[in-house]
Amino acid sequence: MAPAKPPSAGSVLIALLMRDVIVVRRELAFFLMRTAMQPLMFTVVFGYLLPRMGFMHREYTAALLPGVLAVSLALAAVQSVALPMVADFGFTHEIEDRLLAPVPSWMVALAKVISGAVQAVIAASFVLPLARLIMGPIPGLSAAHAGQVFLVTLFGATAFSVIGLYLGSVIEGTQIGLLFGIVVAPMIMFGCAYYPWRGLDAVPVMKYAVLLNPLTYIAEGLRAVLVPAQPHMPLPVVLAALVLMTVLFWRLGLRSFMRRAIG
Amino acid sequence: MRAAVSIAIETRALRKVYAAPKLKKRRSGGPPPPGSLPSGPPRPPGSPIVALDGLDLAVPTGQFFGLLGPNGAGKTTTIGILTTRVLPTGGQALIGGEDVVVRAVAVRRRIGVVPQRPNADRGLSVLENLIFHAAYFGFSRAVSRRRAEEILARMGLGDRGDARVEHLSGGQQQRLMIARALIHEPEILFLDEPTVGLDPQARLALWEILRALHTEGRTIVMTTHYMEEAEQLCDRVAIVDRGRLLACDAPAELRRKAPGGTLIELSLDGPAAPVTAAARAIGGVLEVEAHDSTLAVYHPGGGEAVAPLIGAVQAAGRQVTNIRLAPPSLETLFVSMTGRKLD
Repeated sequence: MAPAKPPSAGSVLIALLMRDVIVVRRELAFFLMRTAMQPLMFTVVFGYLLPRMGFMHREYTAALLPGVLAVSLALAAVQSVALPMVADFGFTHEIEDRLLAPVPSWMVALAKVISGAVQAVIAASFVLPLARLIMGPIPGLSAAHAGQVFLVTLFGATAFSVIGLYLGSVIEGTQIGLLFGIVVAPMIMFGCAYYPWRGLDAVPVMKYAVLLNPLTYIAEGLRAVLVPAQPHMPLPVVLAALVLMTVLFWRLGLRSFMRRAIG
Repeated sequence: MRAAVSIAIETRALRKVYAAPKLKKRRSGGPPPPGSLPSGPPRPPGSPIVALDGLDLAVPTGQFFGLLGPNGAGKTTTIGILTTRVLPTGGQALIGGEDVVVRAVAVRRRIGVVPQRPNADRGLSVLENLIFHAAYFGFSRAVSRRRAEEILARMGLGDRGDARVEHLSGGQQQRLMIARALIHEPEILFLDEPTVGLDPQARLALWEILRALHTEGRTIVMTTHYMEEAEQLCDRVAIVDRGRLLACDAPAELRRKAPGGTLIELSLDGPAAPVTAAARAIGGVLEVEAHDSTLAVYHPGGGEAVAPLIGAVQAAGRQVTNIRLAPPSLETLFVSMTGRKLD
């Protein structure tokens, strides 16, 4: 009855990913509501209401749109990896059937990261057209670099998915509220999502502090490829920083994941 | 299946020491659950916890093997190590001759695990839980589905395939866990306290399933702190306490080793030692043991010794706060070995 030969690691990884596809598809509406609501409401206030009232320059929407996308990516990736993981390690232990799969346990973490990154890309693809619709025509918005847009989105989604792995495996179930209050909220506000990095020339301390925030690089990277006329960081710097953060948090996240997975 | 004499599971001087729990910040989750930490003599705060202290076991292929002990004996840690979920601090554990640490992936293919608390994937339906578990083990989708349906029917869950996991009763969830543990046809089945929290009817139903699985020749390792369960199901029982093996034999043999007579256990309002001599002087008393404030007396007649014992206790200036009688059994053996009750 048993398969004649051991399953290949690749086929097990696909099975692990298929499990997430089924679960995510079932909860897609709820997932989009959870991850897109915050950025979209922000878009309504700062991208529609305030410009209409005359408090904001129309051109602000050009700086805001990439930032809103960056926030959607980050929220979706962190939530879809970290939230179930905190519950799994804290009380439900549902992940144990996957930890008993005949593959090294780091592959279970890898499957979580891949599925988190894919979910983040889905969330961003959902928010982009809606945000554009709410804001109206955006000065300088260009679809000329679609390939690069996808590249930045993918790098950013992966970086935040790996950050989700780290947060999900270090945060205790009882501290889940802190995740949003102390980690996610400041990250969103101080991640150059709602203002370009160049704008911080006026506040040098903050200009260098936000370089520690991974969101800064996604927001700036998306500005570089979506609205190239806006001030932005050079694309190679953005990609290098995202790769660096992915490697760093993968190592940290995997260490804490393995510590929780194997006692 | 290999020849009947081969060894399915072996542990050599297996040792597990958990780092001292942090005093300020209590970690939750991860094995072992706080309830399974060894009780026993008070530990200075901040000292490491020895869960297994040189455990040697050998389980032949095809045996129904029981690990019996109170909470904190090291049962769950033993299962955790054997199922590749906990790393040993020292010693070695082998499944079918393969080291559980070095060859964890190969070991996982040979084992099925029923956890202490049902932990089915609640994102999936009952049937999907089984189909995906089979897929993790490399079964094709068609084969997975057919096997899942067969096993669900066998576990009496044939009509619950599309149900959500949380809509199953406790007994049904536990049977789903057994179904999941069996779907990839493992050689060895591990069950960690499978009947805790089940009503008597569900427990008996589970026993029937386990007996049938054993009859098919599967090696089964089960932890329990129910004497009756161990006696009813197991070919061989290891009695463990505080991470050490106290005895390992067939239940009938273990019963024979138990002190003769009925155990009369008196809980006193103070140390029991001063009453020992007076208790021993009562006619027919076979043996007397004092453990802290508990006096354990073995007497062939059982009840008839109760009145003189109470008299002896009162003569020594103590009061009896509780009395319990237990006929000779694994339980009386356990009490005489450890000075503690099982549950």
